[in-house]
Formats: sequence, structure tokens, C-alpha cells
Amino acid sequence: MLDDQRFGADEAPCLSVRHLSKRFGTACPQCAEPGASLNRNVCPRCGTVHAVRDVSLEVFPGEIVGIVGESGSGKSTFMKCLFFDEEATEGEVRALPYDGGAANLLELSSQQRRAVRNTVFGMVYQNPYLGLRMDFSSLSNIAEQMIASGSRSVGAMRARGEQLLERVNIPLSRAAEPPRNFSGGMQQRVQIAKALSNNPPILLLDEVTTGLDLSVQAAVLDLIQQIRRDFNVSMLVVSHDLGVIRMLADRTLVMLDGRVIESGLTDQILEDPQHAYTQQLVYSLL
Amino acid sequence: MVEALCSEVDVRQNRSEACSKSMAPPLLRIDGLSKSFLLHRVNRRVQGCRDISLSLESGQFVGITGRSGSGKSTILRCIWRTNLPERGRILYDSARFGMLDLAQATQRQMLYLRTYELGYVSQFLNALPRQTAYDIVLKSALETHGCAARSRAERETERMLRHFDLDENLWELYPRTFSGGEKLRLNIAAAMIKHPRLLLLDEPTASLDNASKLKVRALIEQLKAEGTTMLGIFHDLEFMEGLCDHEFNMQEGMMA
Repeated sequence: MLDDQRFGADEAPCLSVRHLSKRFGTACPQCAEPGASLNRNVCPRCGTVHAVRDVSLEVFPGEIVGIVGESGSGKSTFMKCLFFDEEATEGEVRALPYDGGAANLLELSSQQRRAVRNTVFGMVYQNPYLGLRMDFSSLSNIAEQMIASGSRSVGAMRARGEQLLERVNIPLSRAAEPPRNFSGGMQQRVQIAKALSNNPPILLLDEVTTGLDLSVQAAVLDLIQQIRRDFNVSMLVVSHDLGVIRMLADRTLVMLDGRVIESGLTDQILEDPQHAYTQQLVYSLL
Repeated sequence: MVEALCSEVDVRQNRSEACSKSMAPPLLRIDGLSKSFLLHRVNRRVQGCRDISLSLESGQFVGITGRSGSGKSTILRCIWRTNLPERGRILYDSARFGMLDLAQATQRQMLYLRTYELGYVSQFLNALPRQTAYDIVLKSALETHGCAARSRAERETERMLRHFDLDENLWELYPRTFSGGEKLRLNIAAAMIKHPRLLLLDEPTASLDNASKLKVRALIEQLKAEGTTMLGIFHDLEFMEGLCDHEFNMQEGMMA
């Protein structure tokens, strides 16, 4: 039964993050304490930047969890730690699809991490230059991801590539073109196709619509919703835009100065925000 | 003799079943619910509702009336968890979780209940401007039935739109251009396609003309005849007449 899969009484999270922290700097004895008082997220004594402080969250199968916060609140750094683009200082990350959730992903070898990046997570960056090879064709970009996870059949990779590009509304006549030639919205859609190529159970979306114009933004957001509905993928969506969060996320966490200050059902966060900062954020909604 | 004994046992069993039926816990029981809003910008606390208690049996339609600002909607929003309840209990007899205090339920439990057991209808249509009337109802059906049952969801969607008297010419249009009554019927269709065990109606008739109000009243009568349990808020008393099993009046956040 569908509902048993989605909301089992003893349901296990697809992704579970416990007490994740990321510091830039060596941290003095005072600021290493959990309740240390900082100047926003900077230690006034040693200058260490506490970009992410003790963040815990869970994402369940088929669920979209949003993280919202202003620039510098640590939300992108958090995402980068999950995808190993940054080395987390401490914490635990477990993903059900990898080793049944037994392994702390932060303790894996670099080879194992590569496997996690290729098969467990799909990442879509705000800047397509980080996620795509701009001089390779769109099809090759997808093939590259598939080769990394062990695929060797050219025919299968081409077929999968064409299927995905079609899914994200890139005309096949342009499949052989490098993404460099594409508009921002198209580049973002190729990135999404690439991220989906190995059927990852968890998608990480980092400010995917920032910088796109409104109609293109709407098309990308609609696509993300369709993907969730069709493939039952779990997603972690980071955005500073409450509109994006409102449209996509079932549950939302609000970050400020590296910490989670509030979390709840998305409409509750928007209608009945508890924290002063969240109230200010909601009042700023256009 | 044996037969007589058996029939006597049957009678007793029937009696005890009937007895336990009347003793069945209410579908919803609210106990001392209070909610206020702390507005940090002006450092002030605004009262929503205070010490509310009411209960709702399965199949009943309970109405809450009161002037605007009396805290009626806050009660419904606390049940739906758009508002975080502050004090008190909201005991709901869930088909899935058993007796559950919605004031304490986890976010995941609330998401489940919103998808499968509770429905919420307000006077405002909460949908993206680029969704057609048909898609709004279909999306709601897919959430409950799952994408595997798409053709069934499509059949149900068409049935619902017809049932709620929404002209077929409107199905492929964006509801932005719809009249208030049409939007509302669409709203109710999207909520009812999930067959909720408990339907919350938040002033659904607020901005409607009389003809549309009568149409909505007929819809509600129909839902009631089908056995849907409903908790509704209305500020016009006439509309409620003869419809509600129980009626509560609210003044300044409290039950009058």
C-alpha cells in the first residue's frame, strides 16, 4: 500500500543528519563550546567562522524538505557538506539507500564518497558551471555521470540521456550541443537531467531557480514537482526565496547564523512564524 | 433450547455493540484549547482563541458562529496545524494512529492526516495561477491515490467536477478568472476527492451572493447525507439554520 510506504508508523528516514557542524578556522576553547556566544556566527576572540552549527534534520521517502535563510546563514555550506564539496567538521550523515543507513557517510573513504555522490545523491547547483561540463555535449554530460557509476553501454547511455533530456523539455535536436550555448533555464534543466541519470533516491537542490526569470523559474519548479510525483524522490531544497519553499516543501527549516532557529510544516512557518527573524522574513514576502 | 440460548446471546451481543457504539469516543474532542500570537515587531501578544472545548461525533455537522476577529478560524487552523496550538488538547480519533492529540502530533503525522484523513476548505483557493481547474482536483486525487492509479484519479476528478456542478467549459481554464462560487465549488471538490473523515470549513460562504450560498448549502446538505463529519465556521446565522447538529457562538476568543 502506498500510504504504508510513505508514512509507516515506524518509517525510517531516507536521509538523517545529526549535529552537523562546519567551522572555517581552528576554533578556540571558548567558541568550541556548544552554547558559546558569537558575533553572529564569528568568534569574537579567534575569528573562527561557525558556518553551520549543530544542524540536525531528517528527510523521509518522497518528501521535500526546505531550508530557508538569508545569504550567509549557512544553508549552502550545509548542502556542500552533505555532497562532500566541503569537509564537515563534525556530525553524522546517514542515508538509508547506502548500507541500510548504518554507515556515517562523513567517515567514508574518498572512493566510497564518490560512490555515494554517484548513486545516492543527485546535486543541482545554483551555478550550472559547477554541475556541468560546459564544453561537452548535453548527452555527454549525462553519459559522464553514468560512466562514473559503472555504466559502459553506449547505446544504453544514449537512450537514457535522450529520455531524460526529453523529460526536462530539452529538444533532442539540441542534445549534441554543449550547455554553453544554452540559456540559464535550459542549463538548469540539463543539470537536473544529469542529476537524475542514475536514479538517485535523494536530490539536493541548491538555489536552483535563483537568477532565472519568472516564467523559466516556474517551468523549473513545475518540473521538480513532476519529478517528485513520478519518481517519488526525496529532496532537500535550499533557497532564500520563500515563494520557492512555499511551492515545493512539505516541511521547512529556517536557518540564521548557522543554526536552525525554527522548523515546522511549511504553511505553519508562513502563517504562524514563531521566531522574530522568521516573522521578519515572512513580512518581507512580496 | 440451544437455539433460544444462542439468540439470547445474540441479543446481548447486539445490545453491548449498540451500547459500545453510543459510548464510542467522539471523532474530535477539543479540550481547553488556547492560542495567542506573539508579534515580535511590536512586542505584543494577540489573543486568538481562549479555553475552547467542544466535541464532534462521527457524522455530525457542528457550526461555529461569531463576529470576525472572535477567534473562530484560529480553532480550525489549530486543528489543521497552520497555527501551532499553545495550550490544551485536540484529541482526534484517527483511522491510522488511533486517538491522537493533534496539538502534539509530529509533523509527519500531520502530513499524513492532511493527505488521507482531514480536509480543509476556505473561501480562498490556494493554487498556483498556472494550474487548470481540472489539474487542481487531479493533483489532490493523485496525492491520495498515488500516481500508479492515475486513470482512476482522472475518472474520479471528472466525476467530482460534474458532481459539484462545474461547467465542463471551465475545466481547462485557470481559476483566476472564475467567480467566487465557482472557485469555492472547485475548492470543495479538491478537498472532497480525498474523502476526508473530517472536513473543516473555514467561512466558505463569506464572499458569496445569495444564489451561490444556496448552492453551497445544498452541497453541504449532500455531504452531510453522505455521512461526512464537518466542523464549519460561518458568520451569518441564517445560513446555518436547520443544518447544524450543534452550534457554538464565539465572542472575544471564547465560547459564549
